Amino acid sequence: MYKYIVKRVLLMIPTLIGAAVLVFFILRLIPGDVCELRLAGSGLYADPAEIELCRTNLGLNDPIPVQFADFVWGFFILDLGDSMWTGKPITFEIGLRFQLSLQVAFMATFVAVLISIPLGTISAIKQDTWIDYVVRIFSIAGIAIPSFWLGIMIILGLLILTQKFLGEPWMPPIEYVSPLEDPLGNMAQLIWPSVATGYRYSAVATRMTRSALLEVLREDYIRTARAKGLLEKVIINRHALKNSLLPVVTVIGIEFAFLMGGLVVTEQVFNLNGLGKLFVESVLNNDYTMTQALVMIVVAVFVFTNFVVDLFYAWLDPRIRYG
Amino acid sequence: MAVVSEVPVEAGLEVLAPAKPWHAVAIDLTRRYPLGTGGAVIVVVMIVLAVFADVLSPYDPEENAFEFMLTPPGYQFWMGTDQFGRDILTRLVYGARTALFVGFSCAFIGAFTGLVLGVASAYFGGRFDLIFQRVMDVFMAFPLIIMALAVVSIFGTGTQNVIIAITIPFIPRCARVVRSSALAIREIPYVDAARACGFSDARIILRHMVPNVMAPFLIMISAFVGQAILLEASLSYLGLGVQEPTPAWGLMLQGGAEEYAESAPWVAIFPGIAISLAVFGFNLFGDALRDALDPKLRAQ
Repeated sequence: MYKYIVKRVLLMIPTLIGAAVLVFFILRLIPGDVCELRLAGSGLYADPAEIELCRTNLGLNDPIPVQFADFVWGFFILDLGDSMWTGKPITFEIGLRFQLSLQVAFMATFVAVLISIPLGTISAIKQDTWIDYVVRIFSIAGIAIPSFWLGIMIILGLLILTQKFLGEPWMPPIEYVSPLEDPLGNMAQLIWPSVATGYRYSAVATRMTRSALLEVLREDYIRTARAKGLLEKVIINRHALKNSLLPVVTVIGIEFAFLMGGLVVTEQVFNLNGLGKLFVESVLNNDYTMTQALVMIVVAVFVFTNFVVDLFYAWLDPRIRYG
Repeated sequence: MAVVSEVPVEAGLEVLAPAKPWHAVAIDLTRRYPLGTGGAVIVVVMIVLAVFADVLSPYDPEENAFEFMLTPPGYQFWMGTDQFGRDILTRLVYGARTALFVGFSCAFIGAFTGLVLGVASAYFGGRFDLIFQRVMDVFMAFPLIIMALAVVSIFGTGTQNVIIAITIPFIPRCARVVRSSALAIREIPYVDAARACGFSDARIILRHMVPNVMAPFLIMISAFVGQAILLEASLSYLGLGVQEPTPAWGLMLQGGAEEYAESAPWVAIFPGIAISLAVFGFNLFGDALRDALDPKLRAQ
C-alpha cells in the first residue's frame, strides 16, 4: 500500500510539469500583450517607451527559459506572485472569489446527493417498471439540459412568478455576502446557481447509483441474505447500498473537482464573481501569471482528487489491493 | 455435452432462418429498448430536419427583417422572431445542421484518434505506455474552457476551431477506456500468433486488435455526440464558438435571449428546448446501445 501511495505521488509530478509546459506555451501563443491592454486600454494612445518599461518590470522581456523557470520555481515554493493585470497578489485575488465558488460547489454537491441516492436506489429496485423509466428520463434530461439555459429559465421563472404574486419583479442579489453575516441574503443569491448545477450533477450520480446497485443486487451474497429471510429494506440498506456506493463516491469526487475549477458558464448566467469569471478575464487580459496559477490549481485539484478517490476505493473495498 | 443434445433442433435453426422483415425487427427492438427507440426517433427527426432545412422553411435564417422584430409566436412565425426579426423556428432547423456537423465531427475525430492511440499504447506497453498515459493525464486535467479560449484566441472563432477545441479533450477520454479493453485483448494468444506470423505492428493493431475493442468504442462515440453538441452550445453562448450570423443554438441564447427574457421569453425558451431534446435523444440512444453491447449490464 505505501509503495502504491509513493508511486502515485511520484506520478503526479510529470502530470503537473506537463500541464505547466502546456499552459506556459499556449499563453505565449495567444496574441495580445498585457501591458498594451493596461496602458492603452480601449484604443487610447500609449507611449511605446512606457509599454517597454512595463514589460521589463513584469519580467516579460526576460528570455523564455528564464520566465518558465521563474514560473515553475514560484509554484514549487508556493509563491504564486502578483497578477500582471491588477498588480495585487494572486492569492488575494483568488481569496476574494474562492469562498463563493467553494460554497456553490458544496451546495450543488448537497443537492446532488440528496436527489441522486434515493432516486438511483428506487430506480434500481424497480428496474424496468414505469418508476424506473421516469427516473431514467429525469436523469438523462439532467445531463441533456444545458445548465446555463436552466439558469436562464430559473431567472425568468422567478421574474414572472414574483411579478404575478408580489406585484414587482424580484431578482437574486448580485453582491456576495458571507453566509455568516447574512445567511438569508447569501442563500437568496446562491441557492439558484446551486440548484441549476446540482441537477446536472445529480443526474450523473443517479445513473451511477442505479447501475452500481443493479450490479450488486445480482451478487451471490444478496441471494444468501434473501434466503436467510432478511427484510428487503435491510438487504438494500445494509448489504447492497453500502457496497454499491464506491463508483458513486468516485463520480461525486471527480465532479466536485470540476466544480472547483470554476463554473464559467453558470457564473456568467447568474452574474457571479467567482473563480470561473476570473479565469476568463485573466485569459482575455493576457494576464499570464494569473492564468498560469489558476490552471495549475485546477490541475492539481483534479490530480489530487483522483488520487484520493483511488485511495478511498482501496479503503472501502478490501478486495482492491494495489501493488 | 449431453446437455447440448437435449436442446430441440429447431432452436439452433432459428439463427439460420431467413431474416425477419424490418418492421418486425423494429417492433422487437422497441419492446426491448423503449427508451433507446425514443432516442433513435429524436435523432432521426433531427437529421431529417437538418438535411431538408431549405425545403421545410420559407424564411431565410440569416437575413435581418426588422419589421418583424420580436414578434410573439403565432400563425406566421410558429415560434416567434428574435431581435433581428429572424424566424426562430427556421434558425432552429438550420441550427440542427451546425449542431450535427459539430457533434459528429468531434465525436468521430476524437474517438478514432483515441481508439488508435489507446490500442497502440496497450500493445506496445512498457515505457511508451507510461509516457503516453502521463500525456493523456495532462490533457484530461487541463480545463476545457482554457483550451477553448486558447484555440479561439490563436486561430480565431468559427466552426472549425470550435471542433478543434472540443475534440482535444475527447481523445484522452476515449484512449483511456479503449486502452483498458485492449490490455485484456493483448493477453489473448491470437495476438501472439499474429506476431509469430511476422505481421507488422501496424497490421496487428489495426486488423487484429481494433476490431475487438469496437463495443467500448461505439459506446464512447454515441456519448461524445451529445456531449459535443452541449459543449458547442456552451462555447457559443460564451461567445467563443460559432459566430453570427450562422444559426447555432447556443448562439441564439447569447446576448438577446437574456436581455429580452422578460418581454420576449420565446427567444430564450425554444433554443434551449432544441439543445436539450437533441442531447437527450443521443443519450437515450447511447444508453440503449451500451445495454445491448455490454453483456454485464443486460437485464436478467
